[in-house]
Amino acid sequence: MRPGLPDHLLLAHGAGGRLTRELVEGTFLPALDNQFLRPLSDAAVLPELPAGRPALTTDAFVVDPPIFPGGTLGHLSICGTVNDLSMAGARPLWLTWALILEEGAPGELIRTCVDGARQAACEAGVQVVAGDTKVVPRGKGDRIYAVSTGLGVVPPDRDIGDHRMQEGDVILASGPLGDHGATIMACRHDLGSETLQSDCAPLAGLVEALLSSGVDVHSLHDPTRGGLVAVTNEAAGRSGLRQSLDERSIPLRAEVRAVCEVLGLDPLGLASEGRLIAWVAQDHGTRALDALRAHPLGLGAAIVGRVEALPAGGSPVILTTSVGGTRPLDLLSGSDLPRIC
Amino acid sequence: MCLAIPMELKTRDELEGVVELDGVRRTVSLMLLPDAEVGQHLLIHAGYAIGAVDAEEAARTLELLREYADAMEAL
Amino acid sequence: MLNDAKAVAGLLDHIRREAAELEGRLTIMEVCGTHTHSVAAAGLRRMLPPTVRLISGPGCPVCVTPVDYLDRALALAELPATVVCTFGDLVRVPSSTCSLELARARGAAIEVVYSPRDALALARRQPETRVIFLAVGFETTVPTVAAALAEAESNGVRNLLILPGNKVMPPPMRALADDPELNVDGFLLPGHVSVITGWQAFSFLADTHGVAGVVVGFTPTDVLAGVLHLIRERRAGRVSVSNLYGRAVTAEGNRAALGLVERLFEPTDASWRGFGVIPGSGLALRPAWHHRDASAINVDLPPPREPVGCRCGDVLRGAIDPPECPLFGAACTPSEPQGACMVSSEGTCAAWHRHEMHATEPSAAGQGRSAWS
Repeated sequence: MRPGLPDHLLLAHGAGGRLTRELVEGTFLPALDNQFLRPLSDAAVLPELPAGRPALTTDAFVVDPPIFPGGTLGHLSICGTVNDLSMAGARPLWLTWALILEEGAPGELIRTCVDGARQAACEAGVQVVAGDTKVVPRGKGDRIYAVSTGLGVVPPDRDIGDHRMQEGDVILASGPLGDHGATIMACRHDLGSETLQSDCAPLAGLVEALLSSGVDVHSLHDPTRGGLVAVTNEAAGRSGLRQSLDERSIPLRAEVRAVCEVLGLDPLGLASEGRLIAWVAQDHGTRALDALRAHPLGLGAAIVGRVEALPAGGSPVILTTSVGGTRPLDLLSGSDLPRIC
Repeated sequence: MCLAIPMELKTRDELEGVVELDGVRRTVSLMLLPDAEVGQHLLIHAGYAIGAVDAEEAARTLELLREYADAMEAL
Repeated sequence: MLNDAKAVAGLLDHIRREAAELEGRLTIMEVCGTHTHSVAAAGLRRMLPPTVRLISGPGCPVCVTPVDYLDRALALAELPATVVCTFGDLVRVPSSTCSLELARARGAAIEVVYSPRDALALARRQPETRVIFLAVGFETTVPTVAAALAEAESNGVRNLLILPGNKVMPPPMRALADDPELNVDGFLLPGHVSVITGWQAFSFLADTHGVAGVVVGFTPTDVLAGVLHLIRERRAGRVSVSNLYGRAVTAEGNRAALGLVERLFEPTDASWRGFGVIPGSGLALRPAWHHRDASAINVDLPPPREPVGCRCGDVLRGAIDPPECPLFGAACTPSEPQGACMVSSEGTCAAWHRHEMHATEPSAAGQGRSAWS
């Protein structure tokens, strides 16, 4: 056992004294080490920002279970924050990472999550420059929660957002949807699968590849909580334009479909943590598809829909079903509970 | 009212069975279908196997429906 | 393949041509929430010609669960050393006070489970806790409840009880078949209920009530094949009950399941939300199983309260379409449901709100135009 990493966390590990220092210096710092974090001072003083507009985002991570096929809460907490910046067209630079740990949480679990965070930061090319650790009494938390804030910069020539969406825009997905959500639901409901795993990944590289390919990208969103249904509804709300999707074109893995069938879930409402949805100019659909597919994280990319004018009283998001009918896709009311009916 | 999914019975141990669909496995009770055989496709509802899907009948249904589709094409 | 667009197109073509030769309109009722759901998910209703009217009956067990059942469940959850286990479908249904979901947020001991086995497992893990499973659902689900109780009994797990709320389909269907206002011409019969009961359990519809029925599965092709079948029966002047789900449904059903249910349960009068009491439509535990019956536990209940103006009952009977209820779309929406028809995702009102509210524009499929042109 590494020095400073306990078998099980004590309240004292969050008290700011010797045990806290041992934990931070013995476990967190070696994993996330960089010049800004190393002093462990009250605030990280950073260099001047590159040219462009700063972008800031924050996310909390409470996923249960904290370790799942294909990832950990630690890995997810870095990717999620990085991806929010990437969706705004920002180059992610620096992240904070605050942990709320539960008394009694296994040290091994903490270490696995820290390793996940380190790996994600490395993949994403970002640095974790500030952190915090608190320990709450047993029963007042759920092993590990994380909160991460990310700072990035949107280069001067870039303007990505729903305000740029236009009628005729082509909607693409960078790969099969719902892998993360299906994996978590499978864990929670004792469904085994050899191949099903979270798609959690940092998307900065994929976004840069898309943007540098000359495609006129109007907007980007990652379909996390609430899945494709949520991001298209939000996009429709902000843009005032209809999102028209084709069920036959939406990539879904067979295992994800199977989990959804068994539990009575809609795969389009499940989270992906390593996919993006892109809205590109009308004539750039094929070029965007090629650009995505040329990147390792975009191999399964597909055109999934089109933006249209919204008729008065019409549904903001509409799905052409696999048998040629249509149905509206509205925001899920209530949590994603398995049905028996 | 009754979400029941056909899944293949892979193994059984007395009245417990492991069923699978597209690589996704779950453990279910065979209390309501005690004669279920490994290899059969079972309808699973609320954690129990409630019936078996007859592969031959399934094939016959498909034929019937193909007939409808072909008849339309012939027009 | 059974989800095949070509097969669906072929069936629809037959349906359109053959329905055109019918006199008047054909009213077909489905009585299964999963049918309601799959029809809506595929967008089928609007693909049918106007001469074929597909309506939903009381096939959603969540929707027909009466208010006082939920009031009792909530009261039980407040008792010491007691946990109430429920299917997820039930948590958002409003009671006289609040939903199970809201009560849980306020601290009530309520757990969502996927199977009665989960309740049994919980009872095993916590022998000092009384675990009460909310037994709601139709003939497909009842055997699973019976099996869990039987297993509890043979393994000495004494702390598992149920709050009986299961119902059976034939009694309300008799009333619906005879309803002169509704004029149901034929039923799409519930595929998975029939797996348990056998399709012959529904032959009374033709024999006694002169109404046709066909057991169908849940894919769009299955449903449309059933619609086409009923059109053809009508054109030929035949009234029969038949089975188009032969791959899963037999004439006699699942004997083991039926036997187990018979051992534990007996018919009783039951209250259906919006319908009132239908004799013999519910299932109660037999006296020998009284120790498993949570309805025997004394609790204080609030006076039952239904939302004023709610017409769930008429909707469930198929007598009115949801927009004819004064609360629909205004006080009662999917995000703020007042009545049970709106809560469940396959409740008639919820399905209508999602799909028919936007029926002002023609569907691309209906116009034979690709959504991609």
